[in-house]
Amino acid sequence: MAYPYVSDREVRILSKYFGDPKQRRIDTYVKRGGYGGLKKALGMAPGEVVDTVKASGLRGRGGAGFPTGVKWSFMPKDTGRPHYLICNADESEPGTFKDRELIRWDPHQLIEGCLIGAHAIGAQHVYIYCRGEFFETTQVLAKALEDAYAKGYVGEDILGSGIKIDITVHLGAGAYICGEETGLMNSLEGRRGQPRVKPPFPAAVGAFGMPSTINNVETLSIIPHIVTNGGDWYRQWGTEKSPGTKLFCVSGHVNKPGNYELPLGFPLIDLIEDVCGGMRGGKALKAVIPGGSSVPIINAEEARACSLDYEGCVAVGTMLGCASVIVMDETTEIVKQVRRMVDFYAHESCGQCTPCREGSAWTAKMMRRIEEGRGTEDDLDTLMEVTQQMVGTTICVLSDSVAAPVQSSINKFRDEYLALIRRGERVGAA
Amino acid sequence: MAEMVKLTIDGHEVEVPKGTTLLEAAKQVGTLVPHYCYHPGMSSPAMCRLCLVEVEGAPKPMPSCVTTVAEGQVVKTQSDNALGHRRGVLEFYLVNHPLDCPICDMSGECHLQDYVHEEGREHGRGREPKRVFGRDDFGGDVLFYGDRCVMCTRCVRFMNEVEQDSRLTVVERGSRSVIDTFFEEGLEGTNWHGNIVDICPVGALVSKDFLHKARAWDLEHTPSICPGCAQGCNIDLHTRDNLVQRLKPRENLDVNGWWMCDYGRLDYEWMNAGGRIEAPLVRRNGAPAAVAWKDALTELADAARSMGGSSVKAVASPHASNEDLGALATLIDAFGGGEIVYRGRMAEDEVPLRGYPSLARRRDLTPNARGAELFGATRVGSADATGGLDDVASHDGVVIVLGDALPDQSADFGRDAALYIYVGQRGTPAAERADFVLPVTTFAEQEGTFTNVDGRVQRFWPGLTAPGMARPAWLILGALAAELGRAVGPARTAADAFTAFTGAVAAFEGLTYEDIGTRGAVINETVSLTGDRV
Repeated sequence: MAYPYVSDREVRILSKYFGDPKQRRIDTYVKRGGYGGLKKALGMAPGEVVDTVKASGLRGRGGAGFPTGVKWSFMPKDTGRPHYLICNADESEPGTFKDRELIRWDPHQLIEGCLIGAHAIGAQHVYIYCRGEFFETTQVLAKALEDAYAKGYVGEDILGSGIKIDITVHLGAGAYICGEETGLMNSLEGRRGQPRVKPPFPAAVGAFGMPSTINNVETLSIIPHIVTNGGDWYRQWGTEKSPGTKLFCVSGHVNKPGNYELPLGFPLIDLIEDVCGGMRGGKALKAVIPGGSSVPIINAEEARACSLDYEGCVAVGTMLGCASVIVMDETTEIVKQVRRMVDFYAHESCGQCTPCREGSAWTAKMMRRIEEGRGTEDDLDTLMEVTQQMVGTTICVLSDSVAAPVQSSINKFRDEYLALIRRGERVGAA
Repeated sequence: MAEMVKLTIDGHEVEVPKGTTLLEAAKQVGTLVPHYCYHPGMSSPAMCRLCLVEVEGAPKPMPSCVTTVAEGQVVKTQSDNALGHRRGVLEFYLVNHPLDCPICDMSGECHLQDYVHEEGREHGRGREPKRVFGRDDFGGDVLFYGDRCVMCTRCVRFMNEVEQDSRLTVVERGSRSVIDTFFEEGLEGTNWHGNIVDICPVGALVSKDFLHKARAWDLEHTPSICPGCAQGCNIDLHTRDNLVQRLKPRENLDVNGWWMCDYGRLDYEWMNAGGRIEAPLVRRNGAPAAVAWKDALTELADAARSMGGSSVKAVASPHASNEDLGALATLIDAFGGGEIVYRGRMAEDEVPLRGYPSLARRRDLTPNARGAELFGATRVGSADATGGLDDVASHDGVVIVLGDALPDQSADFGRDAALYIYVGQRGTPAAERADFVLPVTTFAEQEGTFTNVDGRVQRFWPGLTAPGMARPAWLILGALAAELGRAVGPARTAADAFTAFTGAVAAFEGLTYEDIGTRGAVINETVSLTGDRV
């Protein structure tokens, strides 16, 4: 056994060296085949790199699941202006802890992915925007970057190719909304971290007004492997529409929580029962949030039917998001959990769009009142309607993220709300 | 000619230039989509989310302030879908709004009131305690009522983009967001901050000067021109009980956009001041006696006729209208000719509004110096509008004063004059020797035009009733000139008075009151100026 927990059902590509501090050293990384993908990519035309990634079917790992190769192909060509690649390492979604581990254990894998990505989209500069709380992580990354500069993998004339790519590590100030791509760009530029109105999209007007592409840490980390082994190689795992492997961050009431790299399409119930060693204390499963707190909550029955790929999650009324699986057993108070999530969003709303600014705080107040036993049955209708007014009416989707847990929990766990409202009973309280 | 785009809005087909926003295009079919953050004079952050409309084929409601028109687009601003979304957004505005309309200065002209009445829910569903920010003094003329704020950030953007002196910002985030100044530095020392009160769609930013003075629905609005400098900002006089309560800018993209400066805005108390001359005064047995207009004019005409062709020296105020000055010039002709001088205050520097290049508080602090010059007047005196009148004070022919209160002159003024006519609003020691004192109206009490620094002739309308027997100078001087045989008949209206000189002064040729309208019209640039054009 190594790295807190591993399972023999895992396919460890990204996470192969998790738990091995030697991997952080550039010599070890190179000896183990590192920067091989970069060498190969530098010998390819940018368009070929994009085509390889398109062929792999890789979908963005930040949550939206947009095909990475297609996103790269949106970048304009021959503009004569600087292009930027931005790596989104502002990992703040409650329940998510994969990017931190990818950077901590294998920083060169990310740097190599960034360099290949920059080559593919014609960027001379990469910004890695790290979450404000990632002090240790950022130090590891900065050290690795220093080594990579010293060895000539980053900077002027990379490996004698004549190509110049610089990388800057930027530490944010700790705001969830700066993980939204245009909010991140505003923050990077020194402005308030508020999402921008789209269009224009980042590929046309991004960071510093220039064409930009933004990718998640996990997305960029897999790129060296795809370039080295080819697109078809990646498709041996996963499903037709969701190919490849994915890191699943499992937290909550399981025996062995942690990061597991599994092929997409993996059954959720197997993840819980087998990979994670079953429910803690043998308790019964009550609910799962499969993709981070922004996606709808599902009950045990739906969880048993859920396969962990983009389509499989939609089929049971939720989303894969960034694959942050939060498992809750029968002792969980759903209303309290949802209230805590709504509090989080109310706290993290940037405040520019009215439905989000006012709606998130209002929803949080209503949720707390219900939790404290001062709710009415009308409140449930009001909550459903008010959160519906927050869906699709704002610049970014933070507002929609408030609606997801509230609406799904009222639909699926209405009894718990009613118990609090009618009798002041906390269902499941241990 | 810009490329045109055809689209359908609420069933009406419209054609607008490419790049037009849906919100502006909807105005073409007579629909004003509710909005807060959008202002045509500033950038559009699309954050208030109130201007959402339905666009066929779009998966989400679209913010009409930033969505541009597309060929063949079908837009519905009044569909159930669009109204539903807007009703939802409006409800959010009321969640924390204090609804203190009964004590709010904005009540009656508040966009939150308007939109909620038009499109909002009938009943509120909010049961939670409301957020409280309290009140803050932003410095200058501005008070901030945080609880009423709708967070549209118009004020922040005005200071950043238009005045370009960043004094306001949004602090905190989410529902804790609030507009604030930077530490102790408020709006003090900025010159255009009054505009943020105008553009605030609710009562969050209010004027200290206007605080609790009047209810919006009691005010009458009269289109006028700011008399504070040669820019000629278009304004409205807001009056109640025959008193000007405040001045507000009136949109005119050729002159002042939507803006006016703080000096102009707050310099109105003089329009309300008492101490006016209320009847014509004729010197009888060495003492002034109040008489009826008919008697005053008859006696004055007799006196003038008995003078023969005497030379006239006149002092005119550059606050007088073109019509007043035109009538004065005609009257001087009737006397046999003479000269006109004028005095006016000059500021050290211009105060430009950086984000609106054609707009500045001009150095010339009078509204009609350009007009005075077109009628042949010459600037005399110093920058504080004193001195320069020695020739006039001791002139032995006819002396006429129009509108200049002569604060720097002694009771000796006009001591050698054969005939001294003082036409003004207020008594002054320098009028003591006048043979005739004729009470006239201020610009706020009469109709007329000013010619601004760029040669733009702009009309203003009477917002106040003149005290006593005061009458417009053009009416009195015109009647007198007619009496002396210099006109076909006396001008009955300001328009007549204007027409009377359009033939005589080349610069005004061809202009009519109708052409000038409420937007103004530019003179023919054929006359060179004698004074500084500033």
